[in-house]
Amino acid sequence: MPMRKTFLEGLLHRPVTDPPPALDDPELAELGRKLDAAARRRLGRGLAIREVDAGSCNGCELEIHALNNAFHDLERFGLRFVASPRHADVLLVTGPVTKNMREALERTWRATPDPKWVVAAGDCAINGGPFAGSYACVGGVAAVVPVDLHIRGCPPTPTQLLKGLLTLIEAP
Amino acid sequence: MTGTVTHHRPWPRRMADAPGWERAAARLAAGEGTLLALWGEPDCAHMAILDEGAASPGIEVLSLACPDGRFPSVGRVHAPAIRLERAMRDLFGLEPVGLPDARPWPDHGRWGVAAPLSASPRPAPDEAPAYPFLPVEGEDLHEVPVGPVHAGIIEPGHFRFTCDGETVVRLEERLGYVHKGIEGLMRGAELDRAARLAARTSGDSTVAYGIAFARAAEAALGIEPPPRAVWLRALMAELERLANHLGDVGAICNDASFALMHAHCGILRERVLRAAMTCFGHRLMMDRVVPGGVACNLDAAGIAALRALVAEIGARFPRLADLYDRTASLLDRTVATGIVRPDLARRFGAGGHVGRASGRAFDSRRALGGYPPYDALRFEVPVLEEGDVNARVWIRIREIGQSLALVAQILDRLPDGPVRVPVAPARGEVREGMALAEAFRGEVFAWLRLDAGGRVARCHLRDPSWFQWPLLEAAIEDNIIADFPLCNKSFNCSYSGHDL
Ligand code: SF4
Repeated sequence: MPMRKTFLEGLLHRPVTDPPPALDDPELAELGRKLDAAARRRLGRGLAIREVDAGSCNGCELEIHALNNAFHDLERFGLRFVASPRHADVLLVTGPVTKNMREALERTWRATPDPKWVVAAGDCAINGGPFAGSYACVGGVAAVVPVDLHIRGCPPTPTQLLKGLLTLIEAP
Repeated sequence: MTGTVTHHRPWPRRMADAPGWERAAARLAAGEGTLLALWGEPDCAHMAILDEGAASPGIEVLSLACPDGRFPSVGRVHAPAIRLERAMRDLFGLEPVGLPDARPWPDHGRWGVAAPLSASPRPAPDEAPAYPFLPVEGEDLHEVPVGPVHAGIIEPGHFRFTCDGETVVRLEERLGYVHKGIEGLMRGAELDRAARLAARTSGDSTVAYGIAFARAAEAALGIEPPPRAVWLRALMAELERLANHLGDVGAICNDASFALMHAHCGILRERVLRAAMTCFGHRLMMDRVVPGGVACNLDAAGIAALRALVAEIGARFPRLADLYDRTASLLDRTVATGIVRPDLARRFGAGGHVGRASGRAFDSRRALGGYPPYDALRFEVPVLEEGDVNARVWIRIREIGQSLALVAQILDRLPDGPVRVPVAPARGEVREGMALAEAFRGEVFAWLRLDAGGRVARCHLRDPSWFQWPLLEAAIEDNIIADFPLCNKSFNCSYSGHDL
């Protein structure tokens, strides 16, 4: 009974999904332009994303998770999370890169086939954020693997994340 | 040297001698009192013991000076202390004499420095020695290593399973991958910077960490935050609990391949986060709790948005709970899976849904008289005895109901007035404070010492996960390895909060 009711309601109500975000952020547009147009053509409209927590406080992961909910519905854009770096086009990396995670990040990057892109999400991933200067942190993803796109925020909202990821597949 | 330390609030801190310290350890081993925290300083060890059964229930804080860098191990007689002492050794170079486990814990040999928080950190080569997992012997056994990078979007940690066919005969965890050195960064930090660090210890509990840290600082400085701020803190804490529990109920069902619950719980969780954004300007409400009060306020539109939120979840969630309860294929996975025995939960002092699903009723909002405003609010602390995945789901379901009722009460009775008082440091005086705050997964413990200039001299934050992670090892034993994700999610321990 509750199952049928829940399904029926799902059919009868309008979807909660948000309209696609406007790609109007000048900073992202600038970064997006730098991405190789040829590479973008090769990717087409599909992107397989492997998420790597390289020392995050887990706040960034919560918002990355939210990309999968019915409001943000990441998959309608052809973006999807995959379980292995070997299936991934994009590594989405969070955290200040703790020294204890450095090798795992490097190995994940090496396991990802070319062509590949690295997106550093969250203030920590940019330069260590609040954890910069710690004996235990490298301080930023770019110090370990080459980064193609930074998405700011602590944590970035799902909309900010979506905008950033979409610049990888859509010319702004 | 024994005696009470001045300026330690709200519970007293006593200096113990080695025999006194060992007596306290023996009491813990005998089940008299619960180990609440155990932490180090360059030349001192501290422990906090919760004594709920005593004539005057309270928290006892004991300190032992360790001028030679050694102290009698508590873990030698009381297993819940073992990982804490391994961390004290790695970070402060303190040697717990008699500790049965000689292996490092957060130190993976990658920092380029040994005992980074001791008085004299030593340079250490970055060579990551192999970590010796406990030996396992027996015919037909095989090992399955998992992590630190997992298949899902979760935090990093390593799990070493030893299996007999599909059945797990032992799980050993290795954590520390997300050790950020937060306690090191805290040293010498101004109060506001330290509060921001505390709020990023475990992002899913940022409000609870904010409250624990602020209350410890306020206790140290003898500051009373205004009533409206105290109520707004509780409002945010309950919204945080709602968001996490909704997310967890959905995610647990998803790990049993029941995606419908995941989708619907995900919608309700997102509604909570959007309401938080509308009301407080941040979806996770990070940095909204500050020493002295809160850095936000709630207007009429915010109150209306929260009332609508409570109404919507109140209308929709009971049916989802009903759906959970009537789906036999789901219950087949969750009932009698991953059992934590009540005696183990008690011994480890496990809080939150892990403790409460296994008969341990502790909730810091209630225990020892609770903290404001919960002492003035009506709510129940649900407790079950079964200790399985199903019980941990049901504790969350019931707590969602309680949190909805708490939000409604707070909105009805929210006092007027200012939301923040200035935080004047006690210049020229060293002050210490401690506090508990109930996060969605259990109690966060915060202890700090402010130096004569009002800066943080030392701050220790103990995540509830410290006393839950070891129980996960016990819970998975004799279950099939395919049920591990389900068990793990039903615990939902924090990696970041534990690794710090
Ligand atoms: S950017 Fe903020 S939310 Fe993300 S990991 Fe860092 S501290 Fe946490």
